[in-house]
Amino acid sequence: MSDVEEAITRAHHEEWARVVAAVTRRFGDLDIAEEAAAEAFATAVERWPADGVPPNPGAWLTTTANRKAIDRIRRENKRDDKHKEAQMVYEADPPEPVGAIDDDRLRLIFTCCHPALAMETRVALTLRMVGGLTVPEIARAFLVAESAMGQRITRAKAKIKAARIPYRVPAAEDLPARLTGVLAVLYLAFNEGYLATGPDTDPVRQDLTAEAIRLTRLIRALLPQDGEVAGLLALMLLTEARRPARISVSGELVALDEQDRGAWDTGLIAEGHRLVRERLAAAAAGVALGRYQILAAINAVHTSARDIRDTDWSQVLALYDQLIRLDTSPIIALNRAIAVAELDGPEAALAIVDRLAEALAGYHAYHATRADLLRRLGQSQQSRAAYDRAIDLAGNTGETAYLTRRRDQLQ
Amino acid sequence: MQYLVSVIDDKSNPGSTDRRPAISAFNERLIAEGYWVFAGGLADTDAATVIDNRGEQAVFSDGPFVESKEYLAGVWVWEAPDLDVALKLAAEASKVCDRKVEVRPFR
Repeated sequence: MSDVEEAITRAHHEEWARVVAAVTRRFGDLDIAEEAAAEAFATAVERWPADGVPPNPGAWLTTTANRKAIDRIRRENKRDDKHKEAQMVYEADPPEPVGAIDDDRLRLIFTCCHPALAMETRVALTLRMVGGLTVPEIARAFLVAESAMGQRITRAKAKIKAARIPYRVPAAEDLPARLTGVLAVLYLAFNEGYLATGPDTDPVRQDLTAEAIRLTRLIRALLPQDGEVAGLLALMLLTEARRPARISVSGELVALDEQDRGAWDTGLIAEGHRLVRERLAAAAAGVALGRYQILAAINAVHTSARDIRDTDWSQVLALYDQLIRLDTSPIIALNRAIAVAELDGPEAALAIVDRLAEALAGYHAYHATRADLLRRLGQSQQSRAAYDRAIDLAGNTGETAYLTRRRDQLQ
Repeated sequence: MQYLVSVIDDKSNPGSTDRRPAISAFNERLIAEGYWVFAGGLADTDAATVIDNRGEQAVFSDGPFVESKEYLAGVWVWEAPDLDVALKLAAEASKVCDRKVEVRPFR
């Protein structure tokens, strides 16, 4: 890759959201902003190789995108008043102070994650508008046809316009409730990357995990006091740190107990542990921890152990006990049972897992956990049946390969 | 911007019956704060008649245009600066009248 190509790729990564956000603020229309941003990047591809990379690529792209947006409004609205209005808005605006730009991006995230949009639409729209992912990329991540995803995003933008969803960071009193949705969107995007679904999809979608981490870092920079933001970032970093050891050369998922811990990313682990320590200090001072902070703490225990045998399972279980009081989801109860198995044996864990049968019948991890517990109890036949069910339900190619091998190893 | 706020009643999961005093108090507030445009409760769907005069002659049929366990029980029209304001009021409205409500902007 040439230096200019690299600069363009980096600018796309770092500046896309900023450009879309700036144009959206000026013209109040996500469609126009997105088109204009895409045109500005296309112009950069044409011009930068000849003219050189501008000293401030973000400002260059924003200015170019603003001009493109005006051109587009001129083309589309022959009516004089609209045209004049657009020009007035443009010319009346003073050059933006740098500090406001980041708030612009946060505004864009909150607009894409508005509670009036369906959760899956929020995820898609955030990845598109803020993350700059293409529609085919998002469609692949969600296993839907490209046309359907395109329509979903188009409809969301139309709803934002027609229902007049405000382009703003919500007021302080609304922030906690809205932030929960934003964090949920980012966590969903991350998980889809970490355990990607689809028969033709790589088992890990690094583009998605990286994007989710980048956006969470952005929110962390803007809301450094929020414990759950710190917790989610730590959770993502500690999960991402294990990625290099998680898929074998043959594309099979490697379970935690079989991973080469030397391959874990020590930089990410150190950063994650720092955040977790910060939150545990806050907890010691009396602040109640939210679910992302507790999940991050669980991951900190796992990533602190040099060997699976060194894992402090009683600490893991204590954290799950704390988590289950906040989140009564059967999936949390299932994960807690895995810690119970390590401390009290597979029989005790199986008793807990079997009580979740009704709630989790369609969830592959329920059957995979059961299969493993039954295997440890020597109940091969029942274990095999549970593996079969898990394999049927698993959507991740690496996981299917792993479960198949475990099943075939049964006596 | 004006929003139509539909009050949705539910035959299988009805809300509590006498909400009038609470709704009146809420309406007073809407008026005082400048959001109120119009409001009205509707008679039961049994009282509805559907008319189709797109053909040669008008056809009158008995009943609401769609039979479902949920039906429109009343409406508000509000003037609000944006959706967030409308949604916040709608959340209160749902509590006040003990029913689901739908918020939809006028074109």
